[in-house]
Amino acid sequence: MSADLFDKFQGIIDQVARLPQDATNPFTVKMDKVFSQTEAEIDGKRILLAGTNNYMGMTFDQNALDAAHKALDEFGTGTTGSRVLNGTYSAHRDLEDSLKDFFNTKFAMVFSTGYLANLGILSTLAGKDDYIIIDADSHASIYDGCAMGNANIVRFRHNDAADLEKRLNRLPADAGKLVVVESIYSMLGDKAPLKELAEVTKAAGAMFVVDEAHSMGFYGETGGGVTQEEGIEDMVDFIIGTFSKSVGTVGGYCVSNHPKFEVLRLVSRPYMFTASLPASAMASAKSALATLKAGSNLKAALWDNANRLHAGLKEAGFKIATDKAESPIIAVCLEDAETTAMAWSELLAAGVYVNMAIPPATPQGLNLLRCSVCAVHTSEQIDTIIAAFKMVKEKLKL
Amino acid sequence: MTNDDIRIKIMELIVPFNKKNIELKPETTFAVDLDLDSLSVMDLVAEIEDLFDIIIPLNLLPDLETIQQVSDAVEKIMGDA
Repeated sequence: MSADLFDKFQGIIDQVARLPQDATNPFTVKMDKVFSQTEAEIDGKRILLAGTNNYMGMTFDQNALDAAHKALDEFGTGTTGSRVLNGTYSAHRDLEDSLKDFFNTKFAMVFSTGYLANLGILSTLAGKDDYIIIDADSHASIYDGCAMGNANIVRFRHNDAADLEKRLNRLPADAGKLVVVESIYSMLGDKAPLKELAEVTKAAGAMFVVDEAHSMGFYGETGGGVTQEEGIEDMVDFIIGTFSKSVGTVGGYCVSNHPKFEVLRLVSRPYMFTASLPASAMASAKSALATLKAGSNLKAALWDNANRLHAGLKEAGFKIATDKAESPIIAVCLEDAETTAMAWSELLAAGVYVNMAIPPATPQGLNLLRCSVCAVHTSEQIDTIIAAFKMVKEKLKL
Repeated sequence: MTNDDIRIKIMELIVPFNKKNIELKPETTFAVDLDLDSLSVMDLVAEIEDLFDIIIPLNLLPDLETIQQVSDAVEKIMGDA
């Protein structure tokens, strides 16, 4: 008899089996109702959401909702096709035009998710004998995009421009090189020294990709991310991002000024061989992009909330991954996985939902309660989150 | 530098990663014997790269299961440079 292919997962199966098998299991928790950007029903209880990526609160933005309803009625529930065959509607082109306008670039491509955008760009751009140089703490979609292609993959120390430079200098001078970084890292919420990384990259003659998934909408004057904030648009060859965070729906994109960019539509398999986004998602994305670009008090409210939560948790004696709030992600570091799981359950029982993140999904072997704030959280809600953390700290003697 | 020299230097780098304090031999494996997860392996690779001033592309790692295989790869990369 041949081996059971599932044997290799036994360690994970055993680990999950040790967790409580009810609503307090972080891997099976579900939201039965979503009342707003900040509240949902879990296991019959009204819960305060402090662990979404809904930074700008666009999921229930009235204009985005109206646009999505209209597109749903006019174009139906789905495209049933791929971008290159039978799934490109005017809505896809409209959204790409909106992205060009938002990022002030000549070209834009919409993918079906942010994950696919990284897969589609990284696996295609760098081929055999080329090099992709990635930050050690890169998101899984960046690692997977590398694994999917045929390039040589090199990893540099997290957010360390000097280490990147050292590694670039070891590569063959004439080889094609693509440096990939994120502007904000999703687990710790820490910000990259983007300008230094860009300078080192350009000095080595490499192309530069910046994933702005966790910065778009609230970094930069019109929400163009850290690239815009630092004024280095000329040094960034490709911005990759997602509609599933600040834009409040689903989908991914890549924007660029490279004159040959359009050929990617004919060679990027994660773009070509998957279903295109439904018109409703694109209509809400387009509406949200306009709202984000126009600016409002949302950006200031988001930073107020992030600063308030960071300060409150710090004052309560928690160890936080960043010295100050560098993004809406405030990651609390705890001792071990068991304590983290217990604290997560206690928080949920107290009516606060955050994200539990443990190795190997976290950098440096950290055990995290990852909180993230939304622009439409009230300061009272932020204080409720802080109070729940304080209560759990006392109860579990953290 | 001989293959033995390279292997001895690599073994010195492994010491802080050898949490189970097992005896290091040429045939010791990273994933099973040393029980290293993929991130730890990549961190170790970064240290080996810096010690020998080379690049070991991550895509080579699936074929480098033992200390000897890494030593051979380092020797080859240094020879190619």
